[in-house]
Amino acid sequence: MAEVKLMKGNEVIAETAIRCGCDGYFGYPITPQSEVMETLMLRKPWEETGMVVLQAESELAAINMVYGGASCGKKVMTSSSSPGISLKQEGITYIAGAELPCLVVDVMRGGPGLGTIQPSQSDYFQATKGGGHGDYHLIVLAPASVQEMSDFVVLGFELAFKYRNPAMVLADGVIGQMMEKVVLPDYTPRWTDEEIEKISGSWALTGKKKREHHIITSLELEAHRQEVFNEKLQRKYREIEANEVRYEALQCEDADYIFVAYGSTARICQKSIQLAREAGIKVGLLRPITLYPFPYQPISDLCSQVKGFMSVEMSAGQMVEDVRLAVNGKTKVDFYGRMGGVVPTPEEILEALKTKFMI
Amino acid sequence: MTEEIIIAGFGGQGVLSMGKILAYSGIMQDQEVSWMPSYGPEMRGGTANVTVIISDERISSPVLNAFDSAIVLNQQSMDKFEAQVKPGGTLIYDPNGITHHPTRKDINIYQIEGARLAAEGGNPKIFNMIILGAFLKVKPIINLDNLEKGLKKSLPARHHNLIPMNIEAVQTGMKQLVVINQL
Repeated sequence: MAEVKLMKGNEVIAETAIRCGCDGYFGYPITPQSEVMETLMLRKPWEETGMVVLQAESELAAINMVYGGASCGKKVMTSSSSPGISLKQEGITYIAGAELPCLVVDVMRGGPGLGTIQPSQSDYFQATKGGGHGDYHLIVLAPASVQEMSDFVVLGFELAFKYRNPAMVLADGVIGQMMEKVVLPDYTPRWTDEEIEKISGSWALTGKKKREHHIITSLELEAHRQEVFNEKLQRKYREIEANEVRYEALQCEDADYIFVAYGSTARICQKSIQLAREAGIKVGLLRPITLYPFPYQPISDLCSQVKGFMSVEMSAGQMVEDVRLAVNGKTKVDFYGRMGGVVPTPEEILEALKTKFMI
Repeated sequence: MTEEIIIAGFGGQGVLSMGKILAYSGIMQDQEVSWMPSYGPEMRGGTANVTVIISDERISSPVLNAFDSAIVLNQQSMDKFEAQVKPGGTLIYDPNGITHHPTRKDINIYQIEGARLAAEGGNPKIFNMIILGAFLKVKPIINLDNLEKGLKKSLPARHHNLIPMNIEAVQTGMKQLVVINQL
């Protein structure tokens, strides 16, 4: 059996990247995710697997190094926290526009601006609705445990290459900083040049050799041709929406009320549910695992059975807009959140439910 | 069994590593564990705390507002966490530096003179293990074998020669615990 380790979420991101055959990490330190690069630097994977780890001179440089590596069909990634992810948005939209696979990890902290360094979820809009300019989407995975920090690095790369689209692991300071049990994946060797040719040879910059040259760009000067490209992108997003929705439903079968929450907030809600059920209130949890594509249908399907949904977030109310779209007026939707890096307690979430639904 | 613990004190007292040893020892006896530290400016300013949960079941919230046990190692932490012990719960503290002693009557309260004992033993670094010993005397959720295994896992190999000294400190803590209020 694989060894059970006790590790921080951030350390697990780094360790899994090495093990899953990542070719390169490019980053710039920022709390609360600095342990990602610290762990990589201590582990020296360049001596072991040949993986490149580079502290760039800025977030802008880091994301453009990712752009370059991804253009060559390499498995590359970056990580940061909210203000740093804002700086990376230009690069991210270029990568999405050039249809390149890569992994971006965001360990969110309180905002706006430089904000605080404590946990937050106020970058939901930025992660799921664009962030940079133009009609594009990232595939967004929201881990709620240290184990999922590991699993979603693997899954993020897998989906990124499957759809030639940047994927994001959207975590928060709690999941990044906490330690839990984790079973790490076995080592997968980095792809050889031949494997890259096989997997991404139809588009990647692998050296022209005896074929037509490949062009990686997000620039198109003719509007109609850009629209044709946009339509192609949209078809890809519809395919992702049809195939990749992931969520977890806990104790929803007999629930009168359902919390919708992701990441660490989903964990806190599980404690609130325990307290609620001890008090005779039947509450369940719908945890979106993919924030894009969002689980609209599973939420819609629960509408007829419940008296209401409460979206719980460490934000002023962002995901609640998607919950309202899913519910479409069929039942009551309310919201409870804390901001600025304040983490809600299980007790206050239950109190909010009682107050808002007059239980 | 689920034990929800807050350990709070000054940075440098070994609060976070005590929590890590406790959590790793929990893993050694096949339990679910979580370890959630305070991080950021308060660490640089002096106080440090960590929430450790050890349970037979899947752990829900790693962040808590009420605790089964509080291990309190300075006055700021006493001011904050005495009120957050669940009724019937346990508070263990080192009286060194405490000016306002706990007053609650609905919880178990114990003292352990960790700082004094560590200084007398000539090694301030074993302070946190003395405190941990006192805690395990009151709440025997980890046996000494698993604690030793947990120590091995959480300490780098170059420090494994220090494990017997750490175990001895745990035993000192177990012996020197003083009952203040027992329900």
